[in-house]
Amino acid sequence: MRSLIDILELSVEELDELIALAEDIIANPAKYQESCRHKKLATLFFEPSTRTRLSFEAAMYELGGDVLSMSSAGSSSAAKGESVADTAKTVSCYADIIAMRHPKEGAPMVAAMNAGIPVINAGDGGHNHPTQTLADLLTIWREKGKFTGLTIGLCGDLKFGRTVHSLIAAMARYTGNRFVLISPEELKLPSYVKKDILEKNGIEYIQTTDLEKALPELDILYMTRVQRERFFNEEDYLRLKDSYILTPEKLKKGRADLSILHPLPRVNEISVGVDADPRAVYFKQVLNGKYMRMALILKLLEVEV
Amino acid sequence: MKIDSIKNGFVIDHITAGRGMEIYRLLKLDKLSCPVAIIQNVLSNKMGRKDIIKIDGDIQLNTEILGYVDPDVTVDIIKDEKLVEKRRIALPEKLTNVIFCKNPRCITTTEQELPHIFNLTDKEKRIYRCIYCETKHE
Repeated sequence: MRSLIDILELSVEELDELIALAEDIIANPAKYQESCRHKKLATLFFEPSTRTRLSFEAAMYELGGDVLSMSSAGSSSAAKGESVADTAKTVSCYADIIAMRHPKEGAPMVAAMNAGIPVINAGDGGHNHPTQTLADLLTIWREKGKFTGLTIGLCGDLKFGRTVHSLIAAMARYTGNRFVLISPEELKLPSYVKKDILEKNGIEYIQTTDLEKALPELDILYMTRVQRERFFNEEDYLRLKDSYILTPEKLKKGRADLSILHPLPRVNEISVGVDADPRAVYFKQVLNGKYMRMALILKLLEVEV
Repeated sequence: MKIDSIKNGFVIDHITAGRGMEIYRLLKLDKLSCPVAIIQNVLSNKMGRKDIIKIDGDIQLNTEILGYVDPDVTVDIIKDEKLVEKRRIALPEKLTNVIFCKNPRCITTTEQELPHIFNLTDKEKRIYRCIYCETKHE
């Protein structure tokens, strides 16, 4: 029995397998539509999230499975003071697999240590969000056809953006990638990510505050939102939230084969005018997220199709 | 200074001079009823000065704490007044409830009964990270 708490728990080979499985699901959806019949996914979301929960639920329904869900964290037994370990043990009696989002870092790991069924981390505070990274990776794969030799620009909140850290960790395992880190001074990539991932593996990177100057050399531009919930101080949030706004005008400097990704939801960091640009692939990325969650559920439940 | 020889117990040797009392406190040796001696600033060829702790009692010694506080210490195990084993204590790979996570976003802040577990992630720099939130212990 296996869980997924951190993207790096998957080897490069396992990632390749998941991507191949997702591609097969996309090509042959009918083949998988009964593959999780009589299996139940419990979505335990202790923090508001619509899209990730819906994506997991849609993934399970498309595999022919069922979903158990709680309406909100406030209505759960956690509100009565139940521990994560007890919740996980209880839900294991009803479901075959759990997807958990929790505001506290490490909560899904505690659930996995106690559940007795696979647990998927659907986001734990500002820490890990591995299935978002799976969505990002499938999108890069489908747009570029490779994971090597890419110049990847990451723009916005690189300090608190958990998806950014996970994507860097995942892409750093492939050869020839270089990173362009675009952020205001206050939201720069934490030094431990630079030291432990980039510098330790001899990966080339540059840091800049200038999005327009960086644009022409990028194969991928990964935009992020400055997240209000990650700030203790409202003033800092207001000062930094509009640091970078991608517009059709700025995009003229981007290459024709650029791919623009965003983990969504966006606020205003990508103007709506960009959506019609064929280089904008963030809504494809949402769909890819569902396919990767389907592939992951199949893998963790050890369902052979 | 005369200290009786040990019948069954331990000699914690090669403690960095000045750390003896810290180890005494962390190992909660003050709670023991058996004889315990701390000898400070003993002359040592290798270390210049060192501290030594002698415990005349068959207790459960927490080597995780020892290795974390002072990884160069050695522990002599005495049985029937004879040295039966000389153990080197390395930096422990894992610490349980020895150090505590200070990240306010960590699950350990709200779930009081969870053990605080840290893994050694960088031996050279002696970096320990919380297994739940991966925050580095400062």
